[in-house]
Amino acid sequence: MTREMTGAKMVVEALKEQGVDTIFGYPGGAVLPIYDEIFLQNDIRHILVRHEQGAVHAAEGYARSTGKPGVVLVTSGPGATNAVTGLTDALLDSIPLVVLTGQVPTFMIGSDAFQEADTVGITRPCTKHNWLVKDTDKLAATLHEGFHVATSGRPGPVLIDIPKDVQFATGTYQSAKPTGSRYQPTVKGDMDEITELVAAIETAERPVFYTGGGVINSGPAACQLLRELVDATGIPITSTLMGLGAYPASGDNWLGMLGMHGLYEANLAMHDCDLMINVGARFDDRITGRIDAFSPNSQKAHIDIDPSSINKVIRIDIPIVGDVGHVLEDVLKVWKSRGRKVNREAIAKWQEQVSEWRKVNCLAYVGSEKTIKPQYALQRLEALTKDHDRYITTEVGQHQMWAAQYLNFEDPNRWMTSGGLGTMGYGFPASIGVQMAHPDALVINVAGEASWLMNMQEMGTAAQYRLPVKQFILNNERLGMVRQWQELLHGERYSHSWSESLPDFVKLAEAFGAKGIICSDPADLDDAIMEMITHDGPVIFDCLVEKHENCFPMIPSGKAHNEMLMGEADTQGAIQAGGAVLV
Amino acid sequence: MSALHIKKGSTRHSAYNLRPTFSDQEERHTLAVLVENEPGVLARVIGLFSGRGYNIESLTVAEVDHTGHMSRITVVTTGTPQVIEQIKAQLGRIVSVHEVHDLTVEGDSVERELAIFKVVGDGDKRVEALRLADIFRANVVDSTLNSFIFEITGAPEKIDAFADLMRPLGLTDVARTGVAALLRGS
Repeated sequence: MTREMTGAKMVVEALKEQGVDTIFGYPGGAVLPIYDEIFLQNDIRHILVRHEQGAVHAAEGYARSTGKPGVVLVTSGPGATNAVTGLTDALLDSIPLVVLTGQVPTFMIGSDAFQEADTVGITRPCTKHNWLVKDTDKLAATLHEGFHVATSGRPGPVLIDIPKDVQFATGTYQSAKPTGSRYQPTVKGDMDEITELVAAIETAERPVFYTGGGVINSGPAACQLLRELVDATGIPITSTLMGLGAYPASGDNWLGMLGMHGLYEANLAMHDCDLMINVGARFDDRITGRIDAFSPNSQKAHIDIDPSSINKVIRIDIPIVGDVGHVLEDVLKVWKSRGRKVNREAIAKWQEQVSEWRKVNCLAYVGSEKTIKPQYALQRLEALTKDHDRYITTEVGQHQMWAAQYLNFEDPNRWMTSGGLGTMGYGFPASIGVQMAHPDALVINVAGEASWLMNMQEMGTAAQYRLPVKQFILNNERLGMVRQWQELLHGERYSHSWSESLPDFVKLAEAFGAKGIICSDPADLDDAIMEMITHDGPVIFDCLVEKHENCFPMIPSGKAHNEMLMGEADTQGAIQAGGAVLV
Repeated sequence: MSALHIKKGSTRHSAYNLRPTFSDQEERHTLAVLVENEPGVLARVIGLFSGRGYNIESLTVAEVDHTGHMSRITVVTTGTPQVIEQIKAQLGRIVSVHEVHDLTVEGDSVERELAIFKVVGDGDKRVEALRLADIFRANVVDSTLNSFIFEITGAPEKIDAFADLMRPLGLTDVARTGVAALLRGS
């Protein structure tokens, strides 16, 4: 079907056709025609953020919690440049986003016009793909292609830059064609490789699943297949930060998160395994630690939809390019047809070994009756919220690692965090995006006070749309992770890693018409958390915690998985010069 | 060294050829990248090399199919086998890239480069320059009483050799196109 309409109207029509119900944005001169069209309709809800970075993170939260692409609309120049951090974040964590930016009219491009920036140039390295649309007739097709590229293959952010004259001009609207795109990444895995993986599973004595965000991106069906395969084989499973929830934390074979602040049993299983099955993860440096000592005696299989992830850092023996869901379906099919074989005896022994490691209880910490330990705060949060329809977002730092360690995720799409880029300021706007998608759910942003301040302007958004997001701030008046590294690596010289002149968070909440809660006594914590949960509206919870707590276990940079620091006693001289240059 | 030939849209792509031999030996590879001729596509390819710290020894680009709006980028790069594989895989990810061919491993290829040299001098040097140009089958495309411009086509090594000979004879300027390459045979 083709129809004549303005470019601005095409934007709204294309979004409707793509099934978009919510967009996050901020108006400005170069997108006024599109905002005019938004004003004239009621199908798409526009959420006015308070800063464009917030719009992109909110869209990420929306996308990650629904599996649908997040949509952002911002103006040219500063609107676009403010979106760059969010775009980079979404690129590194493979979050599907469609970001629409206004641009100065085509005849002014290149003249250093007011609010002109080379948006496609600036965002080329931080998008999966981007377009500058100079012809209204091509706008609709480009918008549809944008959605296709953002959501196909390895998902990622795309950006479409639309000059103002293209928005005003009239052109022909084209509907999306189901097979219209040339971009069709491989989703089915190679059957020979899959058979080889199955054969390896059948004989492995110490196999381990190492799963990542790719499982979540593949969808709930992929998570279900993973659960079936893990439970049928009895193979222990660990996950990256991005993959939490794909396999339930209550599952028998769950090892917990692995990596720099991963669990003892997870890291040792990775180090000692003889078959590592990477499902949708990418051997990030937070995971591998020292490369030349990474899981030295294992055969490694890697399932990934992105061929460039395979052999990028770790040499792979069984590479399988394809979508996790499709590949796992075939793996299960082949494994069943060959008689559901595993090396039961050896795996039973391996599980016993895992149980031994679990007894170390690596998440144990020294409790306190006087101050709230951050770990304790998260344990209580877990206990009091686990039966709710709960979504968790986080900022970046110690609190993020503690949340990953102490909160349990039973389902995918319930955990939104900035993994690859490590963006402080992600969690609060992300919680707004999640709450928009799930209005009746309990959405909690586990934050540190420093991260939270980075996008605190979004209190205005939360208040305006009456979004009952809970900001659970573990306030140690420090940049905790920076402080921890300075303690371990820089002779306890705490250069600029404390939070001076903090606001009174209760008054701050009240200034926005929200509820503020402050708690500093472990004895009051449960009641305070209950007060936060039961309040119908946004809450800032200022949880004053122990100021000098360090996050353990920790694999220091430049060390191997079996060289974890388990607590304060291990830290003396633990990191040498070689490790200090790493991040 | 195995070939990674990622053809977009293909569902029969075998991952067997993703099995590399990891070695520290630097290799020189000529890659042919077929791309959609759209604004910014060269920036995407070059940005990939600079952003990820890969080498470009030479690069040529021109539209080769006007109706299909396809351009062919020939890029000569160096790196360890692992880096070369990663370059090819990263190129394959770019949405506007249709095909990536590693001419160094896919078979015998013809590599040609065009260069023009300005040589300034007189007397014996001038005569010698002209004599050597004849041996190298270089053409004189501009001439004054004390200068020549030679045009030479050939493999990069031949052009390097010609440049070495011209240097003592008054070579003042060189312009080279970079390598264009095709696989031999059908």
